[in-house]
Amino acid sequence: MSAFRAILAKDLRVELRTLESVPAMALFAVTTFVLFRFGLDRDSLAGGLAGGVLLATILFAAIVAVNRLFVAEREQGGFDAIRLAPVDAVALWAAKAVALVIYLAAFELVAVPIFAAFFLDSWAGIGPLVAILALADLGLGAVGALVSSLAASSRARDLVGPLVLLPLLVPVMIASAKGAEQLLAAGGPSYSGLGKWLAILALYDLTFAAIGFAVFDFVIED
Amino acid sequence: MSTSLSTQPARPEHDTAPGPAIAVDGLTREFDERPVLRDVSLRLGRGATLAVLGPNGSGKTTLLRILATLLRPSSGSVGVLDAELPREAWRVRGRVGFIGHDPLLYRDLTLREALTFHARLHRLDERASARVAELLRAVSLERTADELVRNLSAGMLQRAAACRAVLHEPELLLLDEPFDHLDPAARDLVSELLRTAPGRTRVVVSHDVEAALDAADRALALRHDGSVAYEGPAPGLSPGDARAIYTGRK
Repeated sequence: MSAFRAILAKDLRVELRTLESVPAMALFAVTTFVLFRFGLDRDSLAGGLAGGVLLATILFAAIVAVNRLFVAEREQGGFDAIRLAPVDAVALWAAKAVALVIYLAAFELVAVPIFAAFFLDSWAGIGPLVAILALADLGLGAVGALVSSLAASSRARDLVGPLVLLPLLVPVMIASAKGAEQLLAAGGPSYSGLGKWLAILALYDLTFAAIGFAVFDFVIED
Repeated sequence: MSTSLSTQPARPEHDTAPGPAIAVDGLTREFDERPVLRDVSLRLGRGATLAVLGPNGSGKTTLLRILATLLRPSSGSVGVLDAELPREAWRVRGRVGFIGHDPLLYRDLTLREALTFHARLHRLDERASARVAELLRAVSLERTADELVRNLSAGMLQRAAACRAVLHEPELLLLDEPFDHLDPAARDLVSELLRTAPGRTRVVVSHDVEAALDAADRALALRHDGSVAYEGPAPGLSPGDARAIYTGRK
């Protein structure tokens, strides 16, 4: 637990000091919303289209953070430091996953209101959308930390990360976009069947948390 | 320098009948099927110092990284502190201090934060701040403790790396060119920090042949192709013979 706290505190301190991930994600999202607004030639979105635009933007913005997640470990000897210490490597994965979730939450605090201001006629669905985004973020954190560590040891890391990550995130995209479709519907949020999508997201999170816990030791070994 | 500076290794609880600190037999390591170390065997008793000599590319750094559990051997057996590597790497981790080519310090942390981070990884917890302050004083870096690591000079980074390596009072020090970039005064400070101590075993890679052999009990000299040119007592290898290995004449 001490190693987990030390790694997480280090990552958050470095992010606050350098502002390398969250501001880049926010800038990416704003640019994407502008492109969608002009590309779709619509100033109002609802239902599936609104959910798709929001979730696709969040997912691609997450790749910005995922690609950076293990840069310091790769370039500044962090992997060696962890392996020299009496630390379970899972602490590194867990700390990185939680750091990624915190980055995503901070990013969404900025991106979702901007999305709503750009595209939504009513903000009624934004409150309940938090539950979907929270579960999606947990899944992104678990898978993102795992894939990022795998990509970090590859020469084609900028390509390998998204290539492996995006297919793995298809279930998150489907479940969260379907849930968001109901909450951002034109006539106001609808809650029937929403529990199914939340349950799928929760199951996905648990599955990849278990996979990360089981395999991460092998990922960072030589 | 603080007279209370602790440099002696902590004894592990499970270490009841210690064998040699290092026992390597027939070690080979390949990268992309190219052998970097060939059939290396050596023994090093506890508390002894081994000088590792050899030209660039002879596998010295690879050997140190294998002993530090950072690389796996391709074949052969490697025993460190009574643990068989790589299978029992978990038994060695936390008992080794390592200085490599990289200081292993995060560049966007201050020096104090970076060392405290390592202290926490090594479970120093409430002792972390005091231990970091003590070591920074020992290498005269207390005034740069709150500078970002990225702003430190190469010599300062080397001193900081020495602090990191001994933070947790390891039983085994694996030192790859530990005096690189150091001026004479800094070299004295780092020497003091990394000196021999009861129960502390050291493996020192160096190109300063005379100094390395003077400070060592045993020597290992590697040829360009990663094979062993000499393994035995340090006094048995003359500086002249060692230099001949560097030039490929031995």
